[in-house]
Amino acid sequence: MAAEQSLQGYIQHHLTNAKMCSTDSGIAFNKACSEAGFWAWNIDTLAWSIGLGLVFLWIFKGAANKATTGVPGKWQCFIEMVVEFVDSNVKDTFHGKSRLIAPLALTIFVWVFLMNLMDLIPVDFLPALAGQVGVLSGAVESSHDVYMKIVPTTDINLTLALGLGVFALIVFYSIKVKGVMGFIKELTLHPFSSNNMLVQILFIPVNFLLEFVTLIAKPISLALRLFGNLYAGELIFILIAAIGLFQLPLHFVWAVFHILVIVLQAFIFMMLTIVYLSMASTDSH
Amino acid sequence: MDINATLIGELVAFIVFVWFCMKFVWPPLNGAIEARQKKIEDGLAASDKAEKDLELARQKAADQLKEAKAQAAEIIDQAKKRATQIVDEETSRGHEERENIIAQGHSEIEAERNRAKEELRKQVASLAVIGAEKILEREINEAAHGDIVEKLVAEL
Repeated sequence: MAAEQSLQGYIQHHLTNAKMCSTDSGIAFNKACSEAGFWAWNIDTLAWSIGLGLVFLWIFKGAANKATTGVPGKWQCFIEMVVEFVDSNVKDTFHGKSRLIAPLALTIFVWVFLMNLMDLIPVDFLPALAGQVGVLSGAVESSHDVYMKIVPTTDINLTLALGLGVFALIVFYSIKVKGVMGFIKELTLHPFSSNNMLVQILFIPVNFLLEFVTLIAKPISLALRLFGNLYAGELIFILIAAIGLFQLPLHFVWAVFHILVIVLQAFIFMMLTIVYLSMASTDSH
Repeated sequence: MDINATLIGELVAFIVFVWFCMKFVWPPLNGAIEARQKKIEDGLAASDKAEKDLELARQKAADQLKEAKAQAAEIIDQAKKRATQIVDEETSRGHEERENIIAQGHSEIEAERNRAKEELRKQVASLAVIGAEKILEREINEAAHGDIVEKLVAEL
């Protein structure tokens, strides 16, 4: 914690993304983007998440290239354990045939896990390093002007993007399995239904309201659950880091606990994705 | 934490990652696992089959051994029987021959004895005649009293 900063400023600094946007006078960064509205890019989130995604693909593609059907090496065994774990979860929950679900689940699980894992790197290491680089390269005057959030899952944009991706698949599978009319019927004819035509017509708006909220709640809850857990965890790391020298035992305890949280959140996101898609692709009513 | 264009960027990244994983990562890994599972399954089945075959072969060998033993015992039995038979046959043949030889000997001896008897009888007859001649001196005519002498000789 830099001495010249106030506690509030310190926390604020840690919770701000590095932004990039194009303004009338060219490309601008951070505070200059406060007026940019939607068309600003969180470059730290993008860089870390895409970098970690590439790490995931690089690790697994490397293992896949060397995969042998004979006696596997230890590394291949480890990768296969992860693959098998995801595959068994998918097979237990999703009772259809799909070439997409299992790779989707694997990508979500490992990618989210890797992004969550960044939370275990002490909160000041990489931001401070980035600040020093910024100052030394002459790009900024003070290291305080360099923003760097290294845990992409503490950015609502990323978790919401994942949620929306899953949402699109839910809609896609619903329509693919039940047809457009089937999907509309599912949204309008349940949970209240009646044999009386008139009563049924009266029920439709009520049903639609309920079912639509249920549908929309899926991606939102996915996004907010992951975001909330990681954001809160990160915030507590920052608060622990703010208390000075005695942070070490506390930090250790919280980090150990957080190991559980990051794996669990990645698993929950994967599992719920499978469950939602399984529900979407079966005629439950 | 406001929502901005990052959302779009992340959505695109997410789609690309999933697509890449589906296309190039999942199939070879899962394929390798499934191929190995198949291999192990086949191997286990083959080992089971081999075990069964071995058991069968063992049983067959035991059966054959038993059969061979029985056959050998039978052959030995037969041979023994044959041997006894031969011995019996030879013995009886020997006996027969001996009987024959003995019988032949007996008959020869009989004939010899008969001949000797005849000879003896003739000599005794002539002796008797000579004796009688000497006793009766000239009175007895050999021709006239031949039948008496014959009677005498027959009584010897």
